[in-house]
Amino acid sequence: MERFAALLDALVLTPSRNAKLALLAAYLRETPDPDRGWALAALTDGLDFPAVKASLIRSLMAERVDPVLWTLSRDYVGDTAETASLLWPEPLGERLPAPTVAEVVETLHATTRTTAPAVLADLLDRLDVNGRYALLKLATGAMRIGISARLAKVAFAQAFSVNVEDVEEYWHGQSPPYTPLFDWAANGAPPPRTDLLPLFRPFMLAHPLEAESLDLSEYAAEWKWDGIRVQIVHVAGETRVYSRSGDDISTTFPEVTAALTTPCVLDGELLVRGAHQGGETGGAASFNALQQRLGRKTVSKAMLTDSPAFVRLYDLLIEDKEDLREWAWEQRRARLEALVPRLDATRFDISQVIPAKDFDDLAEIRSRARDEAIEGVMLKRRDSPYVAGRRTGLWYKWKRDPLLIDCVLMYAQRGSGKRSSFYSDFTFGCWNGDPDSGAELLPVGKAYFGFTDEELKFLDRHVRQHTVGKFGPVRETDKSLVFEVAFDSVHASKRHKSGVAMRFPRISRIRTDKPAHEADRLETLKAMIAD
Amino acid sequence: MAAPFSWLKPEPYGLHVVPADAWVDPARPVDTALVTHGHADHARGGHRLTVATPETLAIMALRYGVLETGSTSVAYGETVILKGGVRATYVPAGHVLGSAQILLEHAGERVIVTGDYKRRADPTCPPFEVTPCDVFVTEATFGLPVFRHPPIAEEMAKLLTARQNDQGRCVLVGAYALGKAQRVIAELRAAGFTDTIRLHGAMERMCRLYEDHGVDLGDLQPVAGVPKAALANSIVICPPAALNDRWSRRLPDPITAMASGWMRVRQRARQRGVELPLIISDHADWDELTQTITQVNPTETWVTHGREEALLRWCELTQRKARALALVGYEDEDD
Repeated sequence: MERFAALLDALVLTPSRNAKLALLAAYLRETPDPDRGWALAALTDGLDFPAVKASLIRSLMAERVDPVLWTLSRDYVGDTAETASLLWPEPLGERLPAPTVAEVVETLHATTRTTAPAVLADLLDRLDVNGRYALLKLATGAMRIGISARLAKVAFAQAFSVNVEDVEEYWHGQSPPYTPLFDWAANGAPPPRTDLLPLFRPFMLAHPLEAESLDLSEYAAEWKWDGIRVQIVHVAGETRVYSRSGDDISTTFPEVTAALTTPCVLDGELLVRGAHQGGETGGAASFNALQQRLGRKTVSKAMLTDSPAFVRLYDLLIEDKEDLREWAWEQRRARLEALVPRLDATRFDISQVIPAKDFDDLAEIRSRARDEAIEGVMLKRRDSPYVAGRRTGLWYKWKRDPLLIDCVLMYAQRGSGKRSSFYSDFTFGCWNGDPDSGAELLPVGKAYFGFTDEELKFLDRHVRQHTVGKFGPVRETDKSLVFEVAFDSVHASKRHKSGVAMRFPRISRIRTDKPAHEADRLETLKAMIAD
Repeated sequence: MAAPFSWLKPEPYGLHVVPADAWVDPARPVDTALVTHGHADHARGGHRLTVATPETLAIMALRYGVLETGSTSVAYGETVILKGGVRATYVPAGHVLGSAQILLEHAGERVIVTGDYKRRADPTCPPFEVTPCDVFVTEATFGLPVFRHPPIAEEMAKLLTARQNDQGRCVLVGAYALGKAQRVIAELRAAGFTDTIRLHGAMERMCRLYEDHGVDLGDLQPVAGVPKAALANSIVICPPAALNDRWSRRLPDPITAMASGWMRVRQRARQRGVELPLIISDHADWDELTQTITQVNPTETWVTHGREEALLRWCELTQRKARALALVGYEDEDD
């Protein structure tokens, strides 16, 4: 556990990606099984201990530390696990030997909600302050140290000099502590088989378009639909629907899962039926309607009738047993077009290629796209293979321009992680009438990004100097600062007092030049509602 | 009879000793200033008369030029009689060279203003002396129970190991120019490190001043003028602000370290872009603060600059009378 704790600390403090890779690769090479596999799972959020939740840490601490001192400390440190690791009282007498990662994992797996407090306390007693931090992070599954699954896989490939695409591929059929994966990479054993199981294949992703123009004889343009990207896999009679992060969401969308009976791997956008996107017939509803269905483990009949899901297909990765990923996009597209008529038409259609003459024509078509509530345009190199991740020059996304509105800062809350101690989560509002005749501000959204580090310092200072009230971690400001807020769309919402909910709001500019009473009114925002 | 301690008024810009018309560590120019130590947020220029230890006066002279107006030098243990018969005695605070607690006596009441202090051994200044008093005005820079500074030997070992493990690089230690830098150097010497230590230009004069006051810092040389390659495997000390400054580009791929009590919290280290956090502070940590209040055992504890709330809570839990002083102008220095 000490080695894992040291790795965590080094990863937290190492800003450079290459140095992080080197640290992680060295750990994977030098640590024995099964510790390294468990550590890898912990770093990539692959571990879950239902009996250990953040609330358990809080209740353990409540027995040991005065609640006021705990709250003040937690608020300052900005992280529950770290605060607890610092405040944990050192046991009297000699500390017992530290547990291994495997021992911690086995112990936590075997705990129940009843035994968890004593078990966790015992483990904490056996570790020093850094070990306690690592333990609590591992136990609650909230690492947040900037190690994406992708980075972990690259490090794994680096550690054993194997191909990262192979690692991506073999990883998904495996579960922690990944012993067959280490056997293959470290000891030259044959790789785990992937063709017989409905496994996730890593998505190909796009870079934002930065070039002024692209040659449309080299790039094909498609709509970027405003749903969720999914992969649907059917093999040996089983179907799985995967989200972009590789989570299995088959049971959330049973109608889609049941509809695919052809052995293949498809890439597309999951949408909910409606008359919004893509015309009156066969169209999709807004993202708002889809959102009602996300994150549900079971789906009611009413939901299946009122908001049926379907997938608008972008790509075909594997058909029958033929892997098409090395093929050019154009060839895959031809195979996809040939396949679609054989699929259930109520659940699958194809994302049309936009018939633009040239780039200017495309720009013109894109500029009209807002009315159709489309997220933007995708540009795909006609000869691009389907490769995992973002590879430069192959695919680009060209989102439509954001909507803008001027709002007034109302409340601020301290951030966590890198931004702990900074007031970095901002709630802002619009006037519910004429501010010069007594109108009030109503909160319309919350944003915690869009500003630079320098601007964050400015905002933090502003909040501290303009506080008029404190509610726990939240400060109310004197409502003197105007933000230009950028957002993708706005929807009617019964859950908010203002009656609106913004999508992807972010601070686009700080308008120190604009007096608060000149900020926008709610009616202006409501006029932008898309559904 | 006047209310207890009414002769001492906390004003926004400092503690006003009313009968003497003197101020402790005032944040703006005053007639008579009683200065606890040389850090810029406590020792400001421009007073008509500055009363401080000889070391503090020397530090102020170095920073602000010779004090044009008057100064009164008070050695540790000495007492000066101020206007109105107020007695001021300077007692070691263990914070930096010349740092003092000021014991004020008037109307049969004893008040100690600590300035900044710590309880750990420091080879560059005499240790804090526990002195009985009625009112104890304590700092609270690290006044949260999460702050527990580890033994300095552990932090020195971290620093020396990092240097050992990466001999092509140098270790660049950000340390406050007054006090922290000299303490880190003296502790390195105590740990047996005898190589030349390289200094950022802003450190040199203060290190000389320490040496002039009898603190042995070993072989110190400026960084300026040394070729990059020759700096590999060396230890370089600079002010915290220079850590990620253009200045550091002259160094061979430095491992950025910072010697500060704030380094206890990972995200503070991360925010500063520090690779090697060294938890070294010249302030009392939580245990030292609470231990000191217990030992001094005053009738009242007044808490100033820092995280007052938690220390007040502790006083409440231990049934001690306490209040917060809302003084402005003190900063969370890079300590």
